[in-house]
Amino acid sequence: MSVLARHNVRVCGDTNGQPIVFAHGFGCDQNMWRHVAPRFEDTFKVVLFDHIGAGGSDVAAYDPDRYTSLTAYADDVLELCRALHLENVVFVGHSVSAMIGVLAAVAEPARFAKLVLVGPSPRYIDDDGYTGGFGEDDITELLESLESNYLGWSSAMAPVIMGNSDRPELGEELTESFCRTDPAVARQFARVTFLSDNRADLHRVEVPTLVLQCTNDAIAPVAVGEYVTNAMPKAQLVLLEATGHCPNLSAPDQTANAIAAFVR
Amino acid sequence: MTEPRATIGVSSDDALDAFYGALLDDDPTALYEKAPCGYLSTLPDGTIVKANETFLTITGYDRRDLVGKRTFAELLTAGGRIYHETHYAPMLQMQGSARAIALDIVRSDGTRLPVLVNAVLERDAADNPVIVRAAIFDATDRREYERELVRAKERAEASDQRATALARTLQRTLIPPTAPSIPGLDVAAAYRPAGDGDEVGGDFYDVFQVADDDWVVVIGDVSGKGVEAAVVTALARHTIRAAAVNEQRPSQILSTLNTVLLRSDTDKFCTVALIRLRNRDGAWTVLASNAGHPAPVLIRSSGVASPVGTPGSLLGILTVPSLTDTHYELARGDKLILYTDGVTEARGPDGFFGEDGLLGALEAGPNTSSELASALLAEVLAFEAGRPRDDIAIVSVILPT
Repeated sequence: MSVLARHNVRVCGDTNGQPIVFAHGFGCDQNMWRHVAPRFEDTFKVVLFDHIGAGGSDVAAYDPDRYTSLTAYADDVLELCRALHLENVVFVGHSVSAMIGVLAAVAEPARFAKLVLVGPSPRYIDDDGYTGGFGEDDITELLESLESNYLGWSSAMAPVIMGNSDRPELGEELTESFCRTDPAVARQFARVTFLSDNRADLHRVEVPTLVLQCTNDAIAPVAVGEYVTNAMPKAQLVLLEATGHCPNLSAPDQTANAIAAFVR
Repeated sequence: MTEPRATIGVSSDDALDAFYGALLDDDPTALYEKAPCGYLSTLPDGTIVKANETFLTITGYDRRDLVGKRTFAELLTAGGRIYHETHYAPMLQMQGSARAIALDIVRSDGTRLPVLVNAVLERDAADNPVIVRAAIFDATDRREYERELVRAKERAEASDQRATALARTLQRTLIPPTAPSIPGLDVAAAYRPAGDGDEVGGDFYDVFQVADDDWVVVIGDVSGKGVEAAVVTALARHTIRAAAVNEQRPSQILSTLNTVLLRSDTDKFCTVALIRLRNRDGAWTVLASNAGHPAPVLIRSSGVASPVGTPGSLLGILTVPSLTDTHYELARGDKLILYTDGVTEARGPDGFFGEDGLLGALEAGPNTSSELASALLAEVLAFEAGRPRDDIAIVSVILPT
């Protein structure tokens, strides 16, 4: 299976335009961008994809021995860029994909023109002199929460969810599949996401970066957004008057406007 | 009064009074406040705007501490908050509803209340989100059952792994631990259990010495699979070894095995091909008997392959089995192949591998036993796309030129 099929890649907008790649975070899939991405189709080549294990990706391609760190996800992003011959890329990463973008930009700086990090956190767990917002116990609790919720995920439903790789429009069928994935994959992705520490990678990013931070984000507090901005050589911070961790859903106008002001 | 009584199904005036009384008492306010689940209304950003009495009772909060002051996410455990932000809130915003979401609310006294949440997001005419209505069910007991389920599943998986490990260990005892060898002959074997190798099969083979220049090569197949088949297989292998010490003729060894099987507490039967190889001054003679087993194939140095021996009865069924001995000599360059029906009955898209497939593979086969056995096994496996339905055992004996 090609990398494009594996990642359920969708390309739209101006195919000759500058590429803008939207990457979803832990939990759901590329549909997280459905209110934001279309705003860039006028002049950009808009690229959407699902991380392996999420949404319409090929779950069979999920290798637990490979996806043990965010580097594997960053490698996927680079492979995808190469397959689509994307240069001068604007990468917009939400949540954990912000750090995936950081790792990709460190690995191949020449490929990226700009980074937009929405609700980034280089380290979720509190550390000596650093406030990530969570303790190790909290992550254990999250894993339990995943376990409880995935009891509702049965193998009988799996074919419906996994087979649904082509979904141009969100409809009723989404109700059963959005934010649902194989529990074993979700568990490991949660562990990799919330136990990672990418603070040391931030200062290595030479690409101009926009940090988008919600004023009241339960997962990535403002202090973390400030930490990221200060640690990156070419970063600027924009605060969004939005509550929660998903401004791409709860405040799509503000989010799209802030991204547009930075990339257009 | 006859008509409504009939309609609502009550038969006396007292019952009718009680019915109307309850109808009046359970007005929409009471229905909301004392519902058998907690109700919570929040703004799209999560700020609590309304909570019913049931919610306050099960969580221990005072209405004044919640309304306008706290968000729903703030009432959750930290892990639950992450789940809320990464799954529940996106689902609600994308789909307009979320069903049976398992979360833990931290009560006012710090204890935890496992809950299941159903929620809907209401939008105005311009599609702007206005309010979230959530029904919250105490799921303490249910969560405990679920944990039991998870534990049971983990136990089942662990037990599966142990069973597989046991099967593989047991399987290894059915064939010789080291590659067979007979001085003056080129001997090799190939063996592959059925499927993924997590089941114990009934195929076995053995090569052992009885006296100076006197050897036995045996191959067999016990009916069925699993532990009972493995036990009978082990019994067969050891009985043959013991019997071969006193009995000279292969048919007598097999007859002894027949008696042992009939006396043993099993309804399993087996097929065996047994050959006795004797070396007299460099000339090798074969004395062979066959109990319901596919006949060994002799490939003369000319390249012609043909089955050898006289068919006999299965073992473990008849009190007096029909078994005969066949005598022949091995010439230099001759190859003798013993195999189980996993070879000939291998099934591919175009039918069985069959005796023709076997003879074809052997006539064109390599000249050393280890190459011959592994090439034949590889060919059969390829025929079955790598996943054999039955065990496959092959023993090759060549008198080098």
